[in-house]
Amino acid sequence: MSHFTEAGLARWHAREHRREAIFQVVGALVVFTAMLMLAVLLTKILLDGFARLGWDFFAQSSSRFADRAGVKVALVGSFYLMILTALIAVPIGVGAAIYLEEFAKRNWWTRLIEINITNLAGVPSIIYGLLGLQVFVRTLSMDRSLIAGACTLALLILPVIITAAREGLRTVPNSLRYGSLALGATQWQTVRYTVLPVAMPSILTGVILALSRAIGETAPLLVIGAYVYLTRLPEGLTSPFTTLPVQIYDWISRPQAAFHENAAAGIIVLLALLLTLNAAAIYLRNRYQKRLAI
Amino acid sequence: MDGSTVELFDKGKTDLKALPARMETRRLNLYYGDFHALKDVSIEIKSNCITALIGPSGCGKSTFLRCLNRMNDLIEGVKIQGEVLLDGKNIYDPDVDVVDLRKRVGMVFQKPNPFPMSIYDNVAYGPRMHGIRDKRILDEIVETSLRQAALWNEVKDKLKQSGLALSGGQQQRLCIARVLAVNPEVILLDEPTSALDPTATYYIEELLTELKKDYTIVIVTHGMQQAARISDFTGFFLNGVLHEFDVTAKIFTMPEKKETEDYIRGRFG
Ligand SMILES: Nc1ncnc2c1ncn2[C@@H]1O[C@H](COP(=O)(O)OP(=O)(O)OP(=O)(O)O)[C@@H](O)[C@H]1O
Ligand SMILES: [Mg+2]
Repeated sequence: MSHFTEAGLARWHAREHRREAIFQVVGALVVFTAMLMLAVLLTKILLDGFARLGWDFFAQSSSRFADRAGVKVALVGSFYLMILTALIAVPIGVGAAIYLEEFAKRNWWTRLIEINITNLAGVPSIIYGLLGLQVFVRTLSMDRSLIAGACTLALLILPVIITAAREGLRTVPNSLRYGSLALGATQWQTVRYTVLPVAMPSILTGVILALSRAIGETAPLLVIGAYVYLTRLPEGLTSPFTTLPVQIYDWISRPQAAFHENAAAGIIVLLALLLTLNAAAIYLRNRYQKRLAI
Repeated sequence: MDGSTVELFDKGKTDLKALPARMETRRLNLYYGDFHALKDVSIEIKSNCITALIGPSGCGKSTFLRCLNRMNDLIEGVKIQGEVLLDGKNIYDPDVDVVDLRKRVGMVFQKPNPFPMSIYDNVAYGPRMHGIRDKRILDEIVETSLRQAALWNEVKDKLKQSGLALSGGQQQRLCIARVLAVNPEVILLDEPTSALDPTATYYIEELLTELKKDYTIVIVTHGMQQAARISDFTGFFLNGVLHEFDVTAKIFTMPEKKETEDYIRGRFG
């Protein structure tokens, strides 16, 4: 019972305190290192690219001369691509999630689908590029078009959206479903008027995060043949397109230092875009939590 | 049955047993997988009466209640045998529309579960789902239902507020109003007052006594006082069996079975 003598307890406390102190120092160091690396990266990019960030940079498109090149076509391309991708992936993804969570019976078939969705979420994005190249660009002869890119990215983020939407649906307590059904609402009405409104903010959060992943993708778009040099805005679904990451990739791979400055400026724009999207996701999440807290 | 006792407790009411049955179960058996949860339950739920179901925890009261509006269909692995009749028609027949059935047999759950929407929308939910869109009609239904549930005076100035912002007792009355708005024939209540204080409990008991003029009511309760006070019939469940079922006055004065007597005297265990 020596543990419980006062001296023993004091020693034990002292040891625990020491351990905690050490753990805190190690933790702080790890965090600091990560932050430092991020800070160095950001500073370097800001120093390199800030000078290029002017009105011109947003008004100009691809050019052989670094100082006449800008992100206009790429930015608009990214924007269109994101909208199109969302239009394709969100209805399918949310629909699939609703089916799996609310309607499907739990059996080996749905379990198989679930396992496959989880696996698909882990497939490297370049594989999706190859799939898109074969299916959309060649077989469906969409060519190197905006719609082919959107279809490919939609496939890429579909597993993420399905998973996020299912998690959102799962946060809705069953008591609400039962309450609705016991009033004589059909299952579809229950989903539409009770379950979806409650789950919507967290589904939206998942959708935004998935889209911000799509925005940053480069590899699959290069594989299906996004253009790296384009001076005209996309006019329709079948127009050729380029996107911010693709444009940045092109600039970085050029030998002239001036293009590297362009790339840095492009990265700043891309980061700003991603931060905006993530901020929107956080905002939605917070509003959702507040609403459940009353 | 001892007629004089019944009269004594029923304050001169006509013979309860002669009333028509609104619902009836015949040799109802229910299995959760291999677990036999209800065994040969046969009971008559009389029209415009309050039927109380009592019994120790886990004896199958909630399970039985859920059979009456087929809420058990939602639980996986449930197997049901026997008949449950509503106005003489077996509700488990293949041609019965479950949605329609649940319109006629409403349910209030043990834990208040208002929807995360305004008080108004909570009450209007059922009628809207059944196709009523006219604002005037909805207004009227909402007011009548809230009045019936003795909640109108407390919420009439804040109908647009969230139903979740109400107190537990108010939420439970809101859930009752929500069911009344659908205008069912039978109302099932699963321990509606178990989370409420005496005042709120009193309100709801008053309410139920008032409501039985228009509705047939089945209530699961752990309060012996409550069962004795408000119900006309009482069924005592034990291990999935309807151990004893009779007029409330009889059950609480001269139960046939020893277990029933032990339970209502609090000597169970
Ligand atoms: N979904 C379920 N799956 C499996 N068994 C269940 C399920 N629901 C209830 N049971 C079992 O069935 C029996 C009856 O449960 P029920 O909820 O009907 O009891 P109860 O009389 O309402 O009890 P309480 O007074 O505690 O609410 C219990 O033994 C319980 O464990
Ligand atoms: Mg129960």
